[in-house]
Amino acid sequence: MTGTETGAIDEESANQRPSRTAFFSKPMDTQIHSYQVNHLKQLESEAIFILRETAAQFERPALLFSGGKDSIVMAHLARKAFHPARLPFPLLHVDTGHNFPETLEYRDRFVADLRAQLIVARVQDSIDRGTAREEKGPNASRNAIQTVTLLEAIEENRFDACLGGGRRDEEKARAKERFFSHRDDFGQWDPKNQRPELWNIFNGRKHHGEHFRVFPLSNWTEMDVWQYIKAEDIPLPNLYFSHERDVFKRAGAWLAVTEFVTVGAEETVDHRRVRFRTIGDATCTGAVESTAATLDEIIQEVATARQTERGTRADDKRSETAMEDRKKEGYF
Amino acid sequence: MPNDLIFPDSPPSAQSTAGYLDMDLLRFTTAGSVDDGKSTLIGRLLYDSKNTFEDQMEAVERSSKQRGDENVNLALLTDGLRAEREQGITIDVAYRYFATPKRKFIIADTPGHIQYTRNMVTGASTANLAIILVDARLGVIEQTCRHAFIADLLRIRHVVLAVNKMDLVDHDQEAFDRIVEEFRRFASRLDNLVDITAIPISALHGDNVVTKSDKMPWYHGPDLLYHLETVYIGSDHNHVDARFPVQWVIRPHSDEYHDYRGYAGRVAGGVFKPGDEIVVQPSGFSSRIRSVDTFEGPAEEAFAPLSVTITLEDEIDISRGDMIVKPNNQPQKSQEIDAMICWFSEKSRLASRGKYILRHTTKEVKAMVQEVRYKVNINTLHKIEDDLEFGLNDIGRISLRTSAPLLYDSYRRNRITGSFILVDTHTNETVAAGMIV
Repeated sequence: MTGTETGAIDEESANQRPSRTAFFSKPMDTQIHSYQVNHLKQLESEAIFILRETAAQFERPALLFSGGKDSIVMAHLARKAFHPARLPFPLLHVDTGHNFPETLEYRDRFVADLRAQLIVARVQDSIDRGTAREEKGPNASRNAIQTVTLLEAIEENRFDACLGGGRRDEEKARAKERFFSHRDDFGQWDPKNQRPELWNIFNGRKHHGEHFRVFPLSNWTEMDVWQYIKAEDIPLPNLYFSHERDVFKRAGAWLAVTEFVTVGAEETVDHRRVRFRTIGDATCTGAVESTAATLDEIIQEVATARQTERGTRADDKRSETAMEDRKKEGYF
Repeated sequence: MPNDLIFPDSPPSAQSTAGYLDMDLLRFTTAGSVDDGKSTLIGRLLYDSKNTFEDQMEAVERSSKQRGDENVNLALLTDGLRAEREQGITIDVAYRYFATPKRKFIIADTPGHIQYTRNMVTGASTANLAIILVDARLGVIEQTCRHAFIADLLRIRHVVLAVNKMDLVDHDQEAFDRIVEEFRRFASRLDNLVDITAIPISALHGDNVVTKSDKMPWYHGPDLLYHLETVYIGSDHNHVDARFPVQWVIRPHSDEYHDYRGYAGRVAGGVFKPGDEIVVQPSGFSSRIRSVDTFEGPAEEAFAPLSVTITLEDEIDISRGDMIVKPNNQPQKSQEIDAMICWFSEKSRLASRGKYILRHTTKEVKAMVQEVRYKVNINTLHKIEDDLEFGLNDIGRISLRTSAPLLYDSYRRNRITGSFILVDTHTNETVAAGMIV
């Protein structure tokens, strides 16, 4: 075995980080032979394996694409997994209608670049059909009723597997998720009765009407995602980088002033330098005050963060088990 | 802040990002019985290495208060489900993540109650290292032996014997030595447990967890985190026997790649290079590797665990489930296999002559149980030959006949080509994990 003498080389290349070529050619270019693979490469390889397994085991998979960084990374990995062919499945965007304009703009450019098929499922359509009911009040959000639209889209398109960008480090209920997560014919998750997953063998067998959620990024952390975005030079919506905007404080998080939220009488609007750590529905995705304007600064910020990234998500704060409850219903 | 956990007022200073891109990855599992302080140890590792967040700690403090716990209960950090928090138990394997500037770590935290064996087997299947916790006051108990047996069965290369609660035995060297000696005596009966590192710790007070303790000057080894950061795992993959299970065939049908036919998969062993002579099994056709492709362009080689796409010089009919190997080093090929299995199902028992779906690498076949040879009493390592009925958590040896030949290596030689699962044909549930003998 020749893998022992790599320490010096690893240190050296660490100092001249990061360039795309250095990241990828590392095992091939080094003079001393090394079979060591860094953590990002291992995570990438695992995710690509899962994506290919999904294409192979299911008849009609789809990739859930929100325009957030995790789904962007997942779509990027899917492109790598099937290169030089196109993605063997469409992207599915569940659109609450409460988007930051930057997200939609990014989505359309990204999809065109990927030459992928995009299916948009609109929450508004579910509301018009009467299958979903809009929440009332100042805290009204379409976050919860997205599930209705998602399940309708799954049924309408007969999708049998939906790839999601969920990560186990995000939230405590997600820590229990499988890579291949089984859903019954009502789209529900039964966390107490999950299939054990061993080695890299994944059991996607199902009965008619059931489907799977598949999470290729299960083992990634927020830091891994940012490092990978940097190493791969993946363009992101500019919402992720520090910018100035009108915000107001609600439930401990800065919410952006948009046409979709009502600022209460006791709430005051502030103009601040902020960025978003996650991007979801504009009504419940909080910003953080930040001056991080580059990937390096963001990585530095993530390294020193004292709050989890979902700490800015009002949807998770509704109760201790908000995520678990929504997941059981069929949420992402 | 917890009363019984002696945490510093503020966590250690932020990690620097330098070198972050070049970390490697260590997966480990933790094994201990209910009161061995497993959750405290994980909490300590996460907290002292600055991997817990304020909102997480606040949520844990809130829940502890609600449950009426006297102290902040760090187990809540790893318990995710409503039922778990309500009942104060852990239902399922939970995965935890933390990083130091040297390594990224994935912890498979497995609960210590009834489904223990099933969960530990699951967590162990992807682990490089197992931490086996013992209580310094109790020493090696039946459960310790069970944990060691599973670590050995699943071929975890590196084992840490963490002798916890050293503060309760006055940090006594003799107590530690006695336990280590006892454990080594037991481990000598197991084939694969060779790399054992014993560390005296106190998870509660943080002694020898992330920093060396001055309370045990007689101990000259590493603290736990240092060991986790530095243990050599470079040879954990098989880089000798070339094995490439084909996962997916890439055919772009585009003008630019009109005749392109690539075999996508994840290398399960050995090294593949352009120009290499290969054989495709089970067909037996041979060819040469034209290219090892990635999105970034052609690569000079591929080895485990990389996901790549291989193209060949000749047009051969290859599909998912086939395996690309080298002519002078071929896997075994048979419809009769002997394996150690662990039974996972609560609802059903292993049926003699029963038929199951068997998944092995990227292949799926039908399999029939030919014979149940024996079960193992995993506390004593004795063979049980008079009661051969397999229920939840039972481990033993069986022989199977498959509907098509499997291309395999012994599990001991290759974890990927030597492992399989059995799936119930009616419920589609994964009912057993198998390791080919």
